[in-house]
Amino acid sequence: MKSRHKKLLAIGLAVAGLGIVAALVLNAFQSNLVFFFSPSQVAAGEAPTGRAFRIGGLVEPGSLKREDDGLTVHFVVTDTAKTIPVTYKGILPDLFKEGKGTVAEGTLGPDGVFTATQVLAKHDENYMPPEAAHALEQAQKAQATVVPE
Amino acid sequence: MIPELGHFALIVALLLALAQGILPIVGAQRGNAAFMAVARPAAQGQFVFVLFAFGCLAYSFLTHDFSVENVARNSYSQLPAIYRFTATWGSHEGSLLLWALILAVWTTAVTVFSRHLPEDMAARVIGVMGLISSGFLAFLLATSNPFLRLVPAAAEGNDMNPLLQDPGMVLHPPMLYMGYVGFSVAFAFAIAALLSGRLDAAWARWSRPWTTVAWTFLTIGIALGSWWAYYELGWGGWWFWDPTENASFMPWLAGTALIHSLAVTEKRGAFKSWTVLLAIAAFSLSLLGTFLVRSGVLSSVHAFATDPARGVFILGFLGVVIGGSLLLYAWRAPQLAAGGGFGWFSRESLLLANNAFLIAALGAVLLGTLYPLFMDALNLGKISVGPPYFNAVFIPLITPALFLAGVGPLVRWKQASLPELAIRLKWAFAVALVSAALLPLTLDGMNFMASLGLFLALWIVFTVATGFIDRLKHGAGSLAARLKALPRAFWGMQLAHFGLALAVTGATVVSNYESERDVRMNIGDHVELAGYTFTFQGATPVPGPNYQAMRGRVEVSRDGKRLDVLQPEKRVYHASGMPMTEAAIDYGLWRDIYVSLGEPLAGGAWSVRVYHKPFVGWLWLGALFLALGGGLAASDRRYRIAFKKETQQAGLAEAAQGQRA
Repeated sequence: MKSRHKKLLAIGLAVAGLGIVAALVLNAFQSNLVFFFSPSQVAAGEAPTGRAFRIGGLVEPGSLKREDDGLTVHFVVTDTAKTIPVTYKGILPDLFKEGKGTVAEGTLGPDGVFTATQVLAKHDENYMPPEAAHALEQAQKAQATVVPE
Repeated sequence: MIPELGHFALIVALLLALAQGILPIVGAQRGNAAFMAVARPAAQGQFVFVLFAFGCLAYSFLTHDFSVENVARNSYSQLPAIYRFTATWGSHEGSLLLWALILAVWTTAVTVFSRHLPEDMAARVIGVMGLISSGFLAFLLATSNPFLRLVPAAAEGNDMNPLLQDPGMVLHPPMLYMGYVGFSVAFAFAIAALLSGRLDAAWARWSRPWTTVAWTFLTIGIALGSWWAYYELGWGGWWFWDPTENASFMPWLAGTALIHSLAVTEKRGAFKSWTVLLAIAAFSLSLLGTFLVRSGVLSSVHAFATDPARGVFILGFLGVVIGGSLLLYAWRAPQLAAGGGFGWFSRESLLLANNAFLIAALGAVLLGTLYPLFMDALNLGKISVGPPYFNAVFIPLITPALFLAGVGPLVRWKQASLPELAIRLKWAFAVALVSAALLPLTLDGMNFMASLGLFLALWIVFTVATGFIDRLKHGAGSLAARLKALPRAFWGMQLAHFGLALAVTGATVVSNYESERDVRMNIGDHVELAGYTFTFQGATPVPGPNYQAMRGRVEVSRDGKRLDVLQPEKRVYHASGMPMTEAAIDYGLWRDIYVSLGEPLAGGAWSVRVYHKPFVGWLWLGALFLALGGGLAASDRRYRIAFKKETQQAGLAEAAQGQRA
């Protein structure tokens, strides 16, 4: 093989390889992106059904209920405008508290209850999950009223 | 007074860094020996002053000087001394100071171990490192001064984040930074070589040990971080594809590619421009990683907008370093002479393919890490990219690289024969394939992913063994003598590849066969998992130095025989009121038993999480071998011999010059 042919072959292989990798990556990317919706957006019917997504906001004070098995919990996530009831089975992260910010990943049922597969643990007490902060901010803007904390 | 002295020392250090950055490079371009001679004393002086500043900050932490804002925010009067010391680098400001200190340590090491280099090369390398240091020190002084006073002083500190009050976190950040910053040496060598136009085998040989040592530290740092996450976060995961983890993993991938590409450049003179590009990439990714984790951009892109000084400085610095070095590269690289040619099947071509896969994997991780940030910054919606994406792209991209890690070392440089290799390795391949297909049956049933991972691990082990047999077949003397005669670089490579096989085994088995149960347990309740019986014996309050804990007792037994009593804790830290789960682990070579407490329930019962994690320890055992291999490879004799020879030559040349003058 002449060196020019070799070079062409190498370039061709590299381009083909790059194409395969790009296809693989973008395909995985598309099917695994998790979108975020605030309670207001969910209430407005913007969230998908049958596909996992994330919600965030504050855990409504007084809404946390535990079933007798000690593991299944129900709570309500609010962005101060709208609320979503959430069910989760498992151990909640250390920093999960009523009145504090939280983010949950899961699916929305036809009954409007969000079944969480994961409630996110965060590393710092004072740290508000960015998605939760965002949801509150959006709701505040929409309401244009001042909400304490 | 002490904090002001530290602040002043930082200013002096910045001035020295500027002198170290500018004069030697100008001197090297103009052939001015006096300017070049500034490099070493300026660098060593800078080290002294940065060390002094760091000492001042550590002193403020150790003596509870809550009039320093940084101390007040990150320490606490009852914080144990060792954590007060580590709190020095617990904050954004402190960690940048640690970064600058470690850069000064590396630079000083270069000043000591560069006597054998041509004077202009050493001056350029030290100069480039001086410029990097100037950037960091200026950033510290302008936007992130760790010595800022608080008026009036705080009566009590806010405490360190409890998650960081842990032995694993004592060593993790310094190790990680030793790795990150260590790549600055490879970067400085690459830039120096581009500036001088002398990119040759000697340049690659000089860079190699530095790069390998940096890579070794980074490996240890990442492994410690992963181990910490495993036992400290309380839910038994060892890798989350979290942006903070990706931030350290990306330079590691680039560094791994760089080590292999440098080998080709040194031995065969090929891949020069590619190697330079990788050296630039590895360090740029280290910078990106530092800033991603330390600037707060991950928790909120918009935090940047509220503190524009830091954000603008960071982006500007990244732009100058990455853009500047790429410009220099674009200008100089076309002038590089092509290296030795090689056939389509040769060690060079396999290493090139291996590099391509590593970089593709790196690109996929980079996309998944940065894309959500861009979307958010442009207000295009909030998305997250979780482990499913990373697993879906990373595993297929790294699989061929792992396969090649087995083949590569057995293939000859320049031109090899595929049929010959196939005959040599047919048994290794067949045995690995059959064992990998059957082994899952002994674990818990057929599983394609488990078989794939085990095949790759066995394949690497068999090819490593083949490599040893090939080397030992020939040669004189006893087996022990022949083993001893093998160069350390060979040992290093083989151990590192073996470590890779161990880590792959651990990751594969634990991902596919771990089991977990969340249960409510009353006192005396049993729960069964993977053949083990867990009995809850209740929880009692135990005071800690700066926290109050509830300590549970969980007896673990198997076939009626008691194995261990695990004592997981739930702590509440006084200063922050932050609750924390402290898992208890029964370590083993073949499995870990992992128990953590959830929440207290009515009547002394608790929700408890129990895990059975087969082979999980092999991950860190593998990392240990990787690091051991790196250390051995970097200490190979030929670097020292070359060092001696070149020092003598440099000495002779100097003497000759002296006579002439």
